[in-house]
Amino acid sequence: MNLTLVVWRQSGPNETGAFKTYQAKDVLPEMSFLEMLDFVNEDLIKAGDEPIQFDSDCREGICGSCGIVINGQAHGPLQGVATCQLYMRHFHDGDVISMEPWRAKAFPVVHDLVVNRSAFDRIIQSGGYTSAKTGKHAEANAILVPKEDQEAAMDNAACIGCGACVAACPNASASLFTAAKITHLAMLPQGQVERARRVKRMVERMDLEGFGNCSNIGECRAACPKEISIEAIAKMRSEYLRALGSTEAKED
Amino acid sequence: MSTIQLDSKIPSGPLETMWERHKGDIKIVNPANKRKYTIIVVGTGLAGSSAAASMAELGYNVKSFCIHESARRAHSIAAQGGINAAKAYAVDGDSVHRLFYDTIKGGDFRAREANVHRLAEVSTSIIDQCVAQGVPFAREYSGELANRSFGGTQVSRTFYARGQTGQQLLLGAYQALMRQVDQGRVKFHPRQEMLDLVLVNGKARGIITRNLETGALERHEADAVCLATGGYGRIFFLSTNAMNSNVTAAFRAHRRGALFANPCFTQIHPTCIPVSGTHQSKLTLMSESLRNDGRVWVPKRAEDRLKDPNQIAEADRDYYLERRYPSFGNLVPRDVASRAAKAVCDEGRGVGQSGLSVYLDFRDAIQRDGKHVIAEKYGNLFDMYHEITNENPYETPMRIYPAVHYTMGGLWVDYNLMSNVPGLHVLGEANFSDHGANRLGASALMQGLADGYFVIPYTIGNYLAGNTFEKVTTDHAAFAEAEAGVKAQIDKLLAVGAKGKRTVTDFYRELGKLMWDNVGMARNEKGLKATIEAIDKLHQEFWENVKIPQGRGLNKELEMAGRVADFLELGRLMAYDALDRKESCGGHFREEMQTEEGEAKRDDEKFAYVAAWEYQGAGKNPVLHKEALTFENIHLAQRSYK
Repeated sequence: MNLTLVVWRQSGPNETGAFKTYQAKDVLPEMSFLEMLDFVNEDLIKAGDEPIQFDSDCREGICGSCGIVINGQAHGPLQGVATCQLYMRHFHDGDVISMEPWRAKAFPVVHDLVVNRSAFDRIIQSGGYTSAKTGKHAEANAILVPKEDQEAAMDNAACIGCGACVAACPNASASLFTAAKITHLAMLPQGQVERARRVKRMVERMDLEGFGNCSNIGECRAACPKEISIEAIAKMRSEYLRALGSTEAKED
Repeated sequence: MSTIQLDSKIPSGPLETMWERHKGDIKIVNPANKRKYTIIVVGTGLAGSSAAASMAELGYNVKSFCIHESARRAHSIAAQGGINAAKAYAVDGDSVHRLFYDTIKGGDFRAREANVHRLAEVSTSIIDQCVAQGVPFAREYSGELANRSFGGTQVSRTFYARGQTGQQLLLGAYQALMRQVDQGRVKFHPRQEMLDLVLVNGKARGIITRNLETGALERHEADAVCLATGGYGRIFFLSTNAMNSNVTAAFRAHRRGALFANPCFTQIHPTCIPVSGTHQSKLTLMSESLRNDGRVWVPKRAEDRLKDPNQIAEADRDYYLERRYPSFGNLVPRDVASRAAKAVCDEGRGVGQSGLSVYLDFRDAIQRDGKHVIAEKYGNLFDMYHEITNENPYETPMRIYPAVHYTMGGLWVDYNLMSNVPGLHVLGEANFSDHGANRLGASALMQGLADGYFVIPYTIGNYLAGNTFEKVTTDHAAFAEAEAGVKAQIDKLLAVGAKGKRTVTDFYRELGKLMWDNVGMARNEKGLKATIEAIDKLHQEFWENVKIPQGRGLNKELEMAGRVADFLELGRLMAYDALDRKESCGGHFREEMQTEEGEAKRDDEKFAYVAAWEYQGAGKNPVLHKEALTFENIHLAQRSYK
């Protein structure tokens, strides 16, 4: 199939970007979306042009590196997949496909479709952990975890930190990302001790990084490649309210 | 002539108490003095993140580097199946000794007993550590941890978190690392690629990195350097490894004198989605856990190979693993399963259009347990398969074929995980130490975390306390010399790249095909010799004709070009090592060395050694140093899974 690509090009963080149009010829339906871009880039390189820069690593939807807003949708038209898991058989000959980087104040563009998501790292740094140092701990089976709680924790721990939730949100809120980590740890006995301090610090950090507020639109859930439930955000709010009354969080 | 003397520093005395005694014997750094030392850790996968976090917790200053924009992107994240540990919760006969035994045997008797025993011992602490971090391992209804069995063993000792075990373990280590960043104990440097190791008076004292966003070169000094930069499976171009996985950091340390051990030991994983065309950039693994319920088969007759598999009668199917290896069946180790798949495809019985795949069939498991049970166990893998191939594995058997997945070889290290270069430590997949000639499923995560959480925090102290360190700053001539070398190489790449005609990917694909065809699942003298010549030619052409975009800032083609240049040298080294090893063992199958039944024929008389290679320059034959392997606790035996 032959496609027309309209791609955001920006040669550096402080440069002015613009859309440029490219023709992609002889694209095969069994190519992945990123393989299609590889294919286009090979032609650009051979022609002496600058290839389209984009982040990508595992190409199986788990590392969270890739992320392109395709035709206005973060990670493209399919539900529950990252950009790297999107295959060209979902497109048709003659389609016009637009490609943009994640757009959010907290995710500055580095180059073309590459953005800087280190704000997510800083949210985790503020409390997305248990403070268990390396060493001897209780025997792993000494503390039982009901299967349902473990499953709920895992549902939220599945977040790959790609940032699609932020890109999809009209407010560029990082609520789903932050809430997923808070919920993961709040569901487990090991996460109880620092529960109040964690939610307070993480929410404050999220605001400080320049992410917007959540207004319950739900685009984050629709774009999430791991289909993390928006219930996590409700959980984050209740955890935050709970923390306000806690002596543990007041220490900070 | 070389003066290197390999000393594995294996403590004397009985194996069972060796690590405990060693921990008691080695030197330690006083808590107040730890802050005076700086340690560089390159890589943030399981080994790198866990090492950086653990050493920072102890009080050392740690500088952590990764090529990604976040530590959490490291390729450990993609490990699916699980992590082994000798918890022996079930009454199925597991123990530290059995894990040790299985790992030595699974590695086809080409790993060190001492290292592997320590690995088995600390495996249980890893699970406790991860649970304390909030890793959501699968649980039973009792609330206790669940286990499953994995290829090459007859016990259930694999802990898992759905099909995302690597992700959950890495996030645990990453979170511990981020906590140390927050506390100011770790200085984190994302999007930095290590391009040289800096030696001062023979000791590893720093690295040169390139800032991948701006292109600027940076100098970083330390008292010790730890490489945890992963494996080199991407040399095959098509592999299950991530796009950016590479050998550059390890290979540049090799150029500085670190020996590269057993480079030809690569793991070809039996259950990957088959190659569909030349457009493909990478291959996708289907977790080995699928072999617990899926049955592997091909048609008995070659003429049935394109028939609808559901129309092929039971009597016309050849469940070749169950037939050849009745006691292990579909759960034989990876090297055995891969070779068996190649054998039936070579016979013309491979299925799919290419003829290069075999069926992994869940029909019987679905009939036995019900679709919902299979969906609960493997739902995400089935969905992934469906999305990639457009075929529904609940209705038609999966098609799988072996693909490169892991590299057992790596930089040579002693018992303390230090290379022959003083101060240069190597952790995780980047070292050679624990898996011999074949790694068992669910053992990579175990080794990465063992090295990072429970070995290096002890042994680094021994090195630091046992040596004196002159004050070194990045103004030292050794840093200037190393940086100049890195700059010269980048300048040369860009100069050649301005006029060249062939893209980096074009060279890369050709190298990958050479490696897969001749240094892949089966190797022979003629093919290996021809490959060395072909790689030498390709290497020469690369430096005359590669085409590279000219951007000095973020330029992923330039990054890849530097990595492919190193892969070209490594490819030659792998072929040279494979040529030297005139035996078949584990992932290394020399066609000249097989039994009448086509099984691998090991030669313990001549080859029970670690081949550690010393760099002599590009295109020059390396010098071999042998570390003899002795087996005092396990009887050397021909491996049998029949």
